Amino acid sequence: MPADPSTTTSAPPAPGAPSTVARDLEAGLDALETAVEATRTPWWAATWRAFWPTAAALLVLLGLWQVLAASGIKPSYALPRPLDVWHTLVEATQDGSALRAATLSLQRGGLGFLASVVVGVALGTAMATLPLLRRALGPLVTGLQSLPSIAWVPAAIIWFQLSNAAIFTVVLLGAVPSIVNGLLAGVDQVPPLYLRVGRVLGASGWSRIRHVLLPAALPGFLGGLKQGWAFAWRSLMAAELITNTPRLGAGLGQLLNLGRDTSDMSLVIAAILLIFAVGILIELAVFTPLERRILHARGLTGLSGG
Amino acid sequence: MSVREVPAPTLAPARPAPGRPARPPVRLTQVSHHFGDTTRPPVLDRIDLVVEPGEFVCLLGASGCGKSTLLSLIAGLDSPTSGTVEVGARRPALMFQEPALYPWLSAGRNIELALRLRGVPRAARRAEAERLLSLVHLDGAHARRVHELSGGMRQRVALARALAQEGEVLLMDEPFAALDAITRDVMHSELTRIWQETGRSVVFVTHNVREAVRLGQRVVLLSSRPGRIVREWTVPIPQPRRIEDQAVAELSVEITDHLRAEIASHAR
Repeated sequence: MPADPSTTTSAPPAPGAPSTVARDLEAGLDALETAVEATRTPWWAATWRAFWPTAAALLVLLGLWQVLAASGIKPSYALPRPLDVWHTLVEATQDGSALRAATLSLQRGGLGFLASVVVGVALGTAMATLPLLRRALGPLVTGLQSLPSIAWVPAAIIWFQLSNAAIFTVVLLGAVPSIVNGLLAGVDQVPPLYLRVGRVLGASGWSRIRHVLLPAALPGFLGGLKQGWAFAWRSLMAAELITNTPRLGAGLGQLLNLGRDTSDMSLVIAAILLIFAVGILIELAVFTPLERRILHARGLTGLSGG
Repeated sequence: MSVREVPAPTLAPARPAPGRPARPPVRLTQVSHHFGDTTRPPVLDRIDLVVEPGEFVCLLGASGCGKSTLLSLIAGLDSPTSGTVEVGARRPALMFQEPALYPWLSAGRNIELALRLRGVPRAARRAEAERLLSLVHLDGAHARRVHELSGGMRQRVALARALAQEGEVLLMDEPFAALDAITRDVMHSELTRIWQETGRSVVFVTHNVREAVRLGQRVVLLSSRPGRIVREWTVPIPQPRRIEDQAVAELSVEITDHLRAEIASHAR
């Protein structure tokens, strides 16, 4: 660019200089001010760093268990050794009963959870947009949240007998309040400016809910979703433990009950471990990646490095 | 430099956009606004303001002059306690100090959302968003995530989103106040260029006198508590201006003196 001689020593382009100068300046600023993405640590290193303390804690617990079982404080039928439980687990895995039970429970839990999300989001959205409805139902929903869902099992059995309907009723009543309250918490955290922008852009009614309110509430709502899953899973186990009939097929809760009926403590512990494992598996396989993706896409996490 | 007392006859715009209605895009008549009950002193007191098609008006005032409230009234986010606010058929676009882009959408998708809410059919949105990004010199930034962009880039995406609304008037509430001086300077050039290219009317709120003189065809000074129009200036300096220009500095000094006098009057 032929810069004309200027009064200042640094010779900036005069007013009205070719617009390419301004464009270069702009592009330079953009380049300088754009955050540089740091290199990522490999996934296995990240996984190891995240999980070794948990793995160590588990080893310590196993050791304690082994010591207690070997000390003979309780008879072995009441407190089997870790190895006995391991054998039961292997056996149940080999004859397929563990996988069948886990799959069935997971299907019920997943279906119940999805139904709870649908109901919870519909109800939560209605309460978030209609203040009177929120004032009317808010305390009830919060109250329901603290009611142990096992309390619904007798009622569900009277209404629906020993059926899947009874199980799903308990799951829904257990999970929906958490999801509703999670959504409301997410909506309450939405920066008011986002809602103002939505109004300026002309979003109203359903388009406001769909394009502004719900996506803006999502990061806060994630906690509610996770809690909703935890409640759905717990409620399912409570329901399965009690609705015990061969017609329905054996889920993990029924497996647990079988252990109780046969006084097979190894089976009881094995079932507990399976219930625990499935809960963690869903957390790790579904919610952690989901959360990571949502927060990462919005720049709300340091996971990209830096 | 022409200095006129209010009420002043409205100015002919420098660039009357062809094919636009002669009706002004913004007309405020005796607009007063109170927060809460009317027994308390008004935030805005009997404001008369007409913005002509294609005109660039800067509203200048100290804190508490109700500049932002005035923009909210024009944008239709609030209704005035009394008086009338008339705007064109299309909803005015409003830009804030923060870009307020939606972080769950990419830069381009933010613009497409504005197009969608305006009723632009799906097939046309992508190309229009690309065109607007190109207008703000962000070609190829469609897929960029908002948090990856610098402050100036975000504000340019916000400008593109505001332009996507196709309102007759673009309302800007201190949009560059949070930017550093160099970036703000670039944004001034950008806004001037885009204003000239699009022929849009702009109402630009600021407390920065030089910025007002750098950008506006007309600078309107508001008093504080209550907000009243106390004086206005036309800015005869041709664009492109620079904030360092002698003429800009001279008029800024004059306006600043009035602004200071206005602020000092609140000491008593």
